[in-house]
Amino acid sequence: MAALESPQPAATTTAMRHAFGNVLSVLILVLIGVLAFSIRLFSVIKYESVIHEFDPYFNYRVTQFLSKNGIYEFWNWFDDRTWYPLGRVIGGTVYPGLTLTAGTIWWVLNSLNIPLSVETVCVFTAPVFSAFASWATYLLTKEVKGSGAGLAAAVLLAMVPSYISRSVAGSYDNEAVAIFALIFTFYLYIKTLNTGSLFYATLNALAYFYMVCSWGGYTFIINLIPMHVLLCIVTGRYSPRLYIAYAPLVVLGTLLAALVPVVGFNAVLTSEHFASFLVFIIIHVVALVYYIKGILTPKMFKVAVTLVVSIGMVVCFIVVAILVALVASSPTGGWSGRSLSLLDPTYASKYIPIIASVSEHQPPTWPSYFMDINVLAFLVPAGIIACFSPLSDSSSFVVLYIVMSVYFSGVMVRLMLVLAPAACIMSGIALSQAFDVFTGSIKYQLGGSSNSTDNAEDTNNAPKDDASAGKTDKGEEIVKERSSKKGKKKEREPADKPSVKSKAKKKALVLPLETSIVALLLLIMLGAFYVIHCVWAAAEAYSAPSIVLTSQSRDGLHVFDDFRESYAWLSHNTDVDDKVASWWDYGYQTTAMANRTVIVDNNTWNNTHIATVGTAMSSPEKAAWEIFNSLDVKYVLVVFGGLIGYPSDDINKFLWMVRIGGGVFPHIKEADYLRDGQYRIDSEATPTMLNCLMYKLSYYRFVETDGKGYDRVRRTEIGKKHFKLTHFEEVFTSHHWMVRIYKLKPARNRIRGRAKKLKSKTTSSGWSSKSEKKNPWV
Amino acid sequence: MAARIGIFAVVVAVFLSIPAFSSAQDLQIVNAERRIDLSSHIVKAFLTLKVENIGKSAAAEMLLAFSPTQIKNLAMVQALAITGKKKKKTYLPLDVKPTEQPDAPNDTGYYRVTFVSPLGPGETVSLEVLYILTHSLEPFPVEITQSESQLVYYHDSAVILSPYHVKQQTTFVKTPSTRVESFTSIEPANRAGKEIKYGPYENRASYSYAPVIIHFENNSPFAVVEELVREIEISHWGSLQITENYRLTHGGARHKGVFSRVDYQSKRSVSGASSFNALLAVLPPRVNSVYYRDDIGNISTSHLRTGFRKSELEFEPRYPLFGGWRATFIIGYRVPLEDYLFEASDGRRYLNFTFGCPLVETIVNKLTIKVVLPEGSKDPSAILPFTVNQDLQVKYSYLDIVGRTVVVLQKDNVVPTHNVPFQVYYTFKPIYMLAEPFMLVSAFFFVFVASLAYVHIDLNIARK
Repeated sequence: MAALESPQPAATTTAMRHAFGNVLSVLILVLIGVLAFSIRLFSVIKYESVIHEFDPYFNYRVTQFLSKNGIYEFWNWFDDRTWYPLGRVIGGTVYPGLTLTAGTIWWVLNSLNIPLSVETVCVFTAPVFSAFASWATYLLTKEVKGSGAGLAAAVLLAMVPSYISRSVAGSYDNEAVAIFALIFTFYLYIKTLNTGSLFYATLNALAYFYMVCSWGGYTFIINLIPMHVLLCIVTGRYSPRLYIAYAPLVVLGTLLAALVPVVGFNAVLTSEHFASFLVFIIIHVVALVYYIKGILTPKMFKVAVTLVVSIGMVVCFIVVAILVALVASSPTGGWSGRSLSLLDPTYASKYIPIIASVSEHQPPTWPSYFMDINVLAFLVPAGIIACFSPLSDSSSFVVLYIVMSVYFSGVMVRLMLVLAPAACIMSGIALSQAFDVFTGSIKYQLGGSSNSTDNAEDTNNAPKDDASAGKTDKGEEIVKERSSKKGKKKEREPADKPSVKSKAKKKALVLPLETSIVALLLLIMLGAFYVIHCVWAAAEAYSAPSIVLTSQSRDGLHVFDDFRESYAWLSHNTDVDDKVASWWDYGYQTTAMANRTVIVDNNTWNNTHIATVGTAMSSPEKAAWEIFNSLDVKYVLVVFGGLIGYPSDDINKFLWMVRIGGGVFPHIKEADYLRDGQYRIDSEATPTMLNCLMYKLSYYRFVETDGKGYDRVRRTEIGKKHFKLTHFEEVFTSHHWMVRIYKLKPARNRIRGRAKKLKSKTTSSGWSSKSEKKNPWV
Repeated sequence: MAARIGIFAVVVAVFLSIPAFSSAQDLQIVNAERRIDLSSHIVKAFLTLKVENIGKSAAAEMLLAFSPTQIKNLAMVQALAITGKKKKKTYLPLDVKPTEQPDAPNDTGYYRVTFVSPLGPGETVSLEVLYILTHSLEPFPVEITQSESQLVYYHDSAVILSPYHVKQQTTFVKTPSTRVESFTSIEPANRAGKEIKYGPYENRASYSYAPVIIHFENNSPFAVVEELVREIEISHWGSLQITENYRLTHGGARHKGVFSRVDYQSKRSVSGASSFNALLAVLPPRVNSVYYRDDIGNISTSHLRTGFRKSELEFEPRYPLFGGWRATFIIGYRVPLEDYLFEASDGRRYLNFTFGCPLVETIVNKLTIKVVLPEGSKDPSAILPFTVNQDLQVKYSYLDIVGRTVVVLQKDNVVPTHNVPFQVYYTFKPIYMLAEPFMLVSAFFFVFVASLAYVHIDLNIARK
């Protein structure tokens, strides 16, 4: 307003405000980065600097290998310590983004003589990348709705619980870097879309490449962007910028994606990528149509259209028919199991129990939405509305993004992680718009008399809009076209921002002073509530490393460190080539912490192998011994929570073992383990249940602890209390009985006499050496 | 005054005694009493000798003989000369050095004890000798189950192996408990409670040997550190960071078969008697930032008690150690620099720190102490009361350019008696302390200059 009245002195003040605003934004961004990093350190402060959970241990182990042996060895790494006797080609089956990132960081630090261990680097990779992710969110939202919204979105993302749950210090998993890559790819896409610059298009393809390296969730990008392109075309928003944003991404991106060994030819062969190619064809057709439209007269054009459409329909039909036939001929329709269960939420539970058995693949409950995105869930609709006023290419993209991610998060709780950035962006937009409106009205109400209002928060937004209002009122399309030709930052900025906002604000959205103040206070309270919730979630809910458990009781803190106790025992007191069988959950940890060969692990690539272990666990002792012996297993590890009440133990997971085992070996029937459809381990349990290996290994001599055998997890006395093991012997049980390790007894010798002879021989030799020592002087 | 005469006497004696060097038979042991303590896995033997010179010339030194098995496991020999009568007894430490004799029968090993003053003809001197043996208790049976208690053999001689004639001698062997399965009896020998007495034996010729085996119960923790690497990093910014890497094992009878947690927890007295799960480390006073962890993370079972004279860290390995089981762990702590780093009169600095292993009652098979001097230190030299292997290395730590000099001291077969101070001297100019802060400052400065330049330089070819 001031700018319009007195242009000359105001220009310098606006410049000053620009500079001040920029410095302030940079400062705020730095603080956001610090916030994002430090809110994730609760796990280190409350627990310790250690790798968390299951998958991170595998990533950690791969990183260790990488840092020790170098990149070429890493690509060719055939890991013989897992999936015995099959092994696993790690280099070709792993998304290398995370490990390469951490490995590079480690290498750089060490070549600067900063001797951080690989573990430390791995632990802090996730917090560092969440700071990057919040900056990427700032950039993305700034492209959509200006820097105010960007800052708000960034600060929301820095502490959104859903993302914290995957990126606390120590949670060294693919998602930690992938979320950053995801947001950054989107940002570059929007940036290209807004500028039409090939430079950003190339960067976009590279960011996409990094995303492909990092996480299987890259298919989300390669489906979402084509959908957005299609949306733009359908709504008549086709422009050369759209073409530049999309076409190079598909070509370069697909080529680059095919370089990643784990993706390889899947980048062109599987159904997940078809949408992108289809849209690629469509955008070319559309581009051609627009080109021809420019050449021909309208009349000629109409004729041409009818001609092309009639022929094109036929051709398209044939092509589609061929594609459908091709896809239909492959058993899963060219879709991977996980993707299929996304499209059909009931797919996994029907056909692939191994996917269904993972808790993070279950659909989320309503409370988990509140837990994970908290107040953002209420702000998102407001953000969507804000995106529609006015609807630009970029804001339609974020709307599409939120819609898709809401759907996906509804199918799999794990994909809540994809929803979180979208929710943050939307809420950031909503908050920023609301603040704009409220502070704007307050300023209008108060500042009717005085010209220069130095009100704090929105000044860096408002003057910019005012300054650009005069130029951009004509229509943003033209401005954007022009600015894309000139590649200079300062001129682009006003164009990026939908400037209609300021006009609208001036006219309609002036609220009464009291209402505005109250609304502002309420908004601040909402934000405070969000912050409190996030800090609580970070500190209490998501920081436990899950390998060490703690419980607070009257006489202080109890630490249950049984997992590491038994892994350390395995690593120091068994032979280095011994094979350890356990349920697949503990595979990664066993290889990483105990350095022992495992039969199955968390990379559940071979269902039959897992079913074999499941079958062994659900078989009676003798049959189980035979299965394990045929797999060269020397130790069997079971996790048992009955003594201290640790609920996620093997007995509770046991039905999945039965199901997965029964899926491959039909003699294992789930019904045999259930009494009237109920899973129980007390005296009412079925004999099959009471005689299976898992029951026996879990409850062996359990009754001697309290005399009754009361299971604290199932809250019942166990069914069969006194029994002996004939083919297994207990070699280690951890302090709180959480991990029990049994050794397979050796097969009984066929020739009975030989054992005795051998024995007498060894003792005699022992004696002879003794007699030597006895008299060394003779 | 007396001291000066003493020194003079020594000098004279050394000159005089050189010709009469090897006259072993000039000495005889009038009375010897040996007390062997077998209560832990470190065997301590105290010898009280009364030595008489029966030759014609003065003797400056005497020999202590050890059987080949003992010499292999001998961790330490100390000798004291007793002067004065009962009330005014004073002990003078004597110089003890391993030596070789050309005519040693059956690979006998020797230590040479140099007297304070040469022993004139007809004179007698009383000596106290302490020697410590490691790995000398041999478990038998070699493998035991969880419920069995550990029985070991101890091999020795009933009479003292000596190159001299011994007129009268007695040996007392102290066992940890009254349970003694068997012992070789060489008359007169008897056993009362925890003590077995051999002797007194009269007039035994030189090199007499009477092998005995004692088979007894010993459930004391056989904590053996196979390898210990202690890294002492000196920072002139005010602290000394010590990192100790342990590889611990139970050196007793190997565990056989089942380990049952039920038995271990409920019948603690009979189950796993020979196992141990608690260790005690004696750390310096004013210790801070103590941590206890292993390769896979923090170990939460430890307590620290700090005191004026010492700090005690009581800790448990992740699991109880049965015979043959191993565990690795790291203990790290920090102590204030001013307690351990001093400036010598010649301007050099020296570190005065304790050698050995902080764990009590523990044998260390291989001990490596690395003293990491600050970057820019020169002319390091270590001074120790016993011989160790010394070496120099270079280590690169935070932002080092030329690297830090590391003095590596390495010794095998270390027992708690080796926990004595040692010194490492070096020269250091305080200006080097500023190198790294200066580097950081200049790096930041460079970043800002670079960004300044980037903002102001227009790299476009065409002017717009």
